[in-house]
Amino acid sequence: MKREELIFEQSRPGRRASTHAPATLAAIDDLPAAVLRETPPPLPEVSELQVVRHFTRLSQLNFSIDTHFYPLGSCTMKYNPRVSNTLAMLPGFLARHPLEPDNHAQGVLESLYELQEMLKAATGMSGVSLTPMAGAQGEFAGIAMIRAWHLSRGDTQRTQVIVPDAAHGTNPATATMCGCEAIEIPTGPDGDVDLDALRQVVGPKTAAIMLTNPSTLGVFERRISEIAEIVHAAGGLLYYDGANLNAILGRTLPAGMGFDVVHINLHKTFSTPHGGGGPGAGIVAVNARLEPFLPIPIVGKREGGHVWLTEADRPQTIGRLSGFMGNTGILLRAYVYMRLLGAEGMRRVSGYATLNANYLCVRLAAAGFTIAYPRRRASHEFIISLKDIARDTGATAMDFAKALLDRGFHAPTTYFPLLVPECLLIEPTETETRQELDAFVQALSEIRDLAIRDVGELKRAPQTTPVRRLDDVRAARQLDLTWQGKPRTVN
Amino acid sequence: MTQVPQNLKYTEDHEWVRTEADGSVIIGVTDHAQHQLGELVYVELPDAGRKVARGDAMAVVESTKAASDVYAPLAGVVVEANPALASQPELVNNDPYGEGWLLRLRPDSATDLAALKDSTAYTQLLAAGD
Amino acid sequence: MPFIPHTDDDLAAMLQTIGVADIDTLFDEIPAALRVSGLPGVPPGMSEAAVTRLMHGRAARNTDSLCFLGAGAYEHHIPAAVWELATRGEFYSAYTPYQAEASQGTLQLIYEYQSMLAGLVDLDVSNASLYDGATAFAEACLMAVRASRNRDSRRVLVARYLHPLWRKAAETLLTGQAVELVELPSADGRTDAGALATLDAQDFAAVCLPWPNFLGGLEPVDELTDWAHSHNLLVIAVCNPVALGLLKPPGKWGAQGADIACGEGQPLGIPLASGGPYFGFMACRQALVRQMPGRIVGQTLDIEGRRGFTLTLQAREQHIRRSKATSNICTNQGLMVTAATIHMSLLGSEGLRRVAAQCHANTRSLVGALTSLDGVALYFAPYFHEAVLQLPRPVAPMLAELAAAGILGGYDLSADFPELGQGLLVCATELRTAEDIEAYRLALAGALGMAVAA
Repeated sequence: MKREELIFEQSRPGRRASTHAPATLAAIDDLPAAVLRETPPPLPEVSELQVVRHFTRLSQLNFSIDTHFYPLGSCTMKYNPRVSNTLAMLPGFLARHPLEPDNHAQGVLESLYELQEMLKAATGMSGVSLTPMAGAQGEFAGIAMIRAWHLSRGDTQRTQVIVPDAAHGTNPATATMCGCEAIEIPTGPDGDVDLDALRQVVGPKTAAIMLTNPSTLGVFERRISEIAEIVHAAGGLLYYDGANLNAILGRTLPAGMGFDVVHINLHKTFSTPHGGGGPGAGIVAVNARLEPFLPIPIVGKREGGHVWLTEADRPQTIGRLSGFMGNTGILLRAYVYMRLLGAEGMRRVSGYATLNANYLCVRLAAAGFTIAYPRRRASHEFIISLKDIARDTGATAMDFAKALLDRGFHAPTTYFPLLVPECLLIEPTETETRQELDAFVQALSEIRDLAIRDVGELKRAPQTTPVRRLDDVRAARQLDLTWQGKPRTVN
Repeated sequence: MTQVPQNLKYTEDHEWVRTEADGSVIIGVTDHAQHQLGELVYVELPDAGRKVARGDAMAVVESTKAASDVYAPLAGVVVEANPALASQPELVNNDPYGEGWLLRLRPDSATDLAALKDSTAYTQLLAAGD
Repeated sequence: MPFIPHTDDDLAAMLQTIGVADIDTLFDEIPAALRVSGLPGVPPGMSEAAVTRLMHGRAARNTDSLCFLGAGAYEHHIPAAVWELATRGEFYSAYTPYQAEASQGTLQLIYEYQSMLAGLVDLDVSNASLYDGATAFAEACLMAVRASRNRDSRRVLVARYLHPLWRKAAETLLTGQAVELVELPSADGRTDAGALATLDAQDFAAVCLPWPNFLGGLEPVDELTDWAHSHNLLVIAVCNPVALGLLKPPGKWGAQGADIACGEGQPLGIPLASGGPYFGFMACRQALVRQMPGRIVGQTLDIEGRRGFTLTLQAREQHIRRSKATSNICTNQGLMVTAATIHMSLLGSEGLRRVAAQCHANTRSLVGALTSLDGVALYFAPYFHEAVLQLPRPVAPMLAELAAAGILGGYDLSADFPELGQGLLVCATELRTAEDIEAYRLALAGALGMAVAA
């Protein structure tokens, strides 16, 4: 199996990739000794070829969209077009200092302005701020705007944020960060929100409800208009978590469903890279009543060009969320992707994502797997429950996940949402071929057969990955978070 | 089979309480709770001297996959926390009613104890949950 | 159809398998009144060639300048290998390493990053990064409030000369949890350690010290760290990672060292790119690790006893702890950390030290050249790679004139820090040559209406 030493273990004193730093050490005689470091920082001492080889080899230990089918539910692991990266990394975009005058950055500002306009169209909203740096920051901005709106009306008691029990963990965590309290409501047996439970919790303390639609259960919330009526009638607002926008792009609009604010994960629906866990971009779009509160900066259009709008232009803003203006380079990648697709391409995204999910769902059902919501139409993703197989054979969703790795597939999302026992949340995306989906059905069926025949063998998976199953308990009990191969400092 | 010793009191949140000769109480989590949590990797305990009201989240037990609050079964003042758990959280898994105790509390009122479940009632609670 | 692989035969066969007539039928659970037939506000699609032409045109509409502007984002050399490697598809198109066995590349890289970063700041542990410097600073304040021994305090002391935009961002992020930033007394471009006695220290959870500060100045960190610890305050170091190639690391401040270090990772191989994506770093003492937000990678063993890496301490995070999580953060800036780790590996400790020293030396040269002009004076020394100059005229129009001449002359301090008068913050990284500096001197002389010898 492939292994790779730590870069520190390849280090030898005095070795350097010398073309990247000044040839000599400049004089620092004016700096008092008390402010200087006594020993150099413990960075590795390696050649450029060693660096290139090391990180190339490390990359080869990863599964990725470019190498494997990656049906990770709720994450929308679709193909990331190379051209988005190539164009966002043109020197004319990379060389831009964030504090340069607006008139030096017109090419950037014009692109971002058009991105704002396209995102308004895709959501039906009237205002957009691109600055949130990830979905969770978009959530924060959304709830902070809702709080600010209530406060602007002298409505100071609204501190409760309602979230369905199927919601992503960021939703309740966001409520806490905004100084609110998360109130969980149950989901009905068909996957829709329990409206009676909702009616019972709304009231004068309700700030907002946070919903994903389609929900994390992979079904469209059919009574969304009723939910909107209930929450609005109680004086609260509706927050749309855009995690699953890929399912409805160009089919229905969050604004039409009654939402007041939306965040969109550009790294999902608009195919910017996941990058091994970031950077994301979690833009927010709002209707007219929340527009004054949008986080800054925002791109404005004036005679003579585009400008950054800041505190002076937006006095009611909730403020800034980053040092400068968020993840601009990611925004440019999304812009390129959206221009490639255009309006008709966007509608095709949701169409084919839904086609692939329903096809895979029907085929897995036919192969004997238990679909969590069999009477519902799948959205762009769906859940299978392995509860019966687990009961009969002892094989868990985790075992299936690991066995998929041996068969060349990244695992679906496991154990989320928490409502469905032994679940796999499967999102194929629109960019996979029918042949790939068929192969996935075949692999899952083989694994199920193996579970019945020899569960012990199944539990030995994965066997072809660079490491076998890892000891998570040891990792947490005997924390080893940094390399200690040699003392960090010598005093 | 989950152990439910007869000489202890229990809560619906799967904690046990044992009264000591000096009137203080020892608190821990039940065998059922440690099974549900899985192998513990960390236990966060309150400092001695902290006042807690009944139902306050006063400790956290953490496995690799879950973190659960431990709620105060009684109002009182924390007398001591089990010092062994800092380096050996697995004691809670291995011996939940013994070496894996969490903390000692001085209750504000002895009458609060009477409101807790006895082993029969707790066993019924577990049976109802299955 | 862009990026959609289906043939007509595929489509027909798949619809038949599902048992529907067409794709639109798959949306039949969306109430009819809510459906739309398209997105009229979005323009039609374009070919890759057309978009390429469009974006080349946009890039060319931007204006490149000679950069003497720092103020939180710095133009450094980035080795070609950094982004060649970081944008390999196996890094670029992978996701959060939840399936550890399928993500050892990303996980080992983050472990190496954590090791480098912890070493750079000389603290025990680092997380896998946060969004940017400003949010890392805000998260450090929240972390300190959670961990504080002055239990009830929700107030954090901050040096006056911390990045003003970071202050603003932090205020947005801290308001909801009622955490308040309170300014330390200051004099002569840095914290006035002599005035600390006026503070009721028990009222605060922590003190935040920028290193160097926003003005390029070097705070009295040893004295302030010892004062803070003697009053049970935690010490948060907000530092520039390139400066730490040369400057005393937070772990060595005062008798015990700082408790938390955070900052902006951009100087470690990240392009300026209009402000992002960058990454925020955060490190702390081992005892505080469970209060640290964000992902953390740990080393462990697999079932065959071989070394492997995995996400650990996940129970602190939102996907398990939900409303009681340390933060709602659900990402790290993985791709940027990939670049930074490659960047630090290429520089090594000696390379980073030389870059830092050259930045300092070039800024000294710049200060020397500009203060040779009548009426231009240095506000204070010592400084690292930014310095405050006093100009004889209002700064804004002068900067506009310089910009028109192709020079980003620095940051106008007069609005944020009026006590500095007509203050201009200038910066020269290792990339600025003697010719660049001379060009700035001549342009500034011109803007000031002086005739000088070239």
